[in-house]
Amino acid sequence: MPERFDAVVVGAGPAGAAAALVLARSGKSVCMLERGPFPGSKNMYGGVIYGRILDTLIPRWWEQVPVQRWVTRRETRIMTPTRSLTVGCSSKAWGEPPYNGMTALRPDFDRWFADQAVAAGAVLVTSTVATGVTRQGGRAGGRVTGVRTDRLGGDLAAGVVIACDGVNSFLAKEAGLYRRADPDHFTLGVKEVLAMPAAEIERRFNVSGREGVDIEVLGATSGVPGGGFVYTNLDTIAVGLVLQLTGLASAKVRPEELIAEFKSHPDIAPLVARTELKEYSAHLIPEGGYNSMPRLAGDGLLVAGDAAGMTLATGVWLEGVNFAVGSGAAAGTTACQALDRGDVSAAGLAGYRRRLERTFVLKNHKKLRRVPALLLTDRVQHRYAPMVCDVAEGLFTVTDPAPKPGLFRLVRAAAKQNGVRMADLARDGWATVRSIG
Amino acid sequence: MNGAAPWPEVGFEDRMATVEFDVADRPHIVVNSDICRSCSTRACVTACPANLFVPTADGGIAFNYEQCFECGTCYLICDSEGAISWSYPEGGHGVVLRYS
Repeated sequence: MPERFDAVVVGAGPAGAAAALVLARSGKSVCMLERGPFPGSKNMYGGVIYGRILDTLIPRWWEQVPVQRWVTRRETRIMTPTRSLTVGCSSKAWGEPPYNGMTALRPDFDRWFADQAVAAGAVLVTSTVATGVTRQGGRAGGRVTGVRTDRLGGDLAAGVVIACDGVNSFLAKEAGLYRRADPDHFTLGVKEVLAMPAAEIERRFNVSGREGVDIEVLGATSGVPGGGFVYTNLDTIAVGLVLQLTGLASAKVRPEELIAEFKSHPDIAPLVARTELKEYSAHLIPEGGYNSMPRLAGDGLLVAGDAAGMTLATGVWLEGVNFAVGSGAAAGTTACQALDRGDVSAAGLAGYRRRLERTFVLKNHKKLRRVPALLLTDRVQHRYAPMVCDVAEGLFTVTDPAPKPGLFRLVRAAAKQNGVRMADLARDGWATVRSIG
Repeated sequence: MNGAAPWPEVGFEDRMATVEFDVADRPHIVVNSDICRSCSTRACVTACPANLFVPTADGGIAFNYEQCFECGTCYLICDSEGAISWSYPEGGHGVVLRYS
């Protein structure tokens, strides 16, 4: 193996593989370092990969991707301990090429995607940790010239280092691209994968063939800010919670107890009952969005994927793998151009951010930048779920012989019942429209 | 919410037994129990999804690195600078997810 590459990509997840794929296709020598025994072995997520960004990288990717199920129904459920309101959307088109979202196991998907980069000429080195960066002249603050690894004699020199080393990104932190990490902006995802025969999944979730379902839940985390999810794989289902770190810590409850409560909810229990736990897992999610991202480029260094806080966590839209792929590919393209120009300084790599600003990655993040903070307000986390359920229950409860109360009266009563002032309701409604409209 | 589930929940040891770990010889997380003794919040004890932080009789914290998910929750919520030294396990070691 050569000791110098045009680019060293740290992490063979979706961001790293996309960066390596773009670089290798442009004829650059590129090495992907993966600390696990195989790509995806350290990775876990909340369930859906949106494949549109893959169209540009791997034409007709759906003919070879290791998919579990195509998501043909998407539901959001707003819950209280005894009630729930479901808003769902299903589409036949989502189950046909070019598809919309898919469920996949990350050890399968990440390995497949990294293999695409290897087929294009990238070198994949597994079971190797990048323990730090090397700098020009060994000076603190000098240009990044490669990485140190935990292999014997393990320095790797690189024209450009692309840090795709995940949510904890020690490389981006070491390089000084992050301000201090704020635990408010991180959530803990905990997930149970449960064994279930395909025929039973079809019955419980009302799907057939390779159709699948993704259910996102608000109001089922026992007061800890966050959400829940249930989604279908081929012959397993996944159920889990996403819990804001500081809220979890101050509630002094254990994550698996919250999952048990979630699974016993009358609206969730029928989906998950009488199943065998196949694998338990946990992972952090960077949810701060646009305002919490690090500097994206330093001298000789780019950051992409979770390492750059690219996960989009905005209530209705919960996406991450596509943002990792989009940012990784942009980092790869920028690195190629910088290498060709012979300028890998922070200024020479500054085109990365401009490129992201022109694509869905930062366009979406910028547009939705106010949503993460809005979602964490007490009203959204604790008051709106029961209020919405009050209104829905009021609408559908027949009150004979009294006449129907009417929507406005129901809303006013529900707001009062849950301690929501109409002025705040109007303000939050306007903020939502302004943020996502 | 509604109390116990209508079917038995798996015990914590059995829960963790579903996860594959290739345990490294050297611990990747080191806890400075002297600092923990003066900590009143002890957020790590309940928040760690693998339940690896255990209060000891002498007021410190015992830490088990073998079944760590390598998530990062503990060091992010820790109030005390220097109490938790966190790095990744040696290459190829640690958690190996199969169905995630």
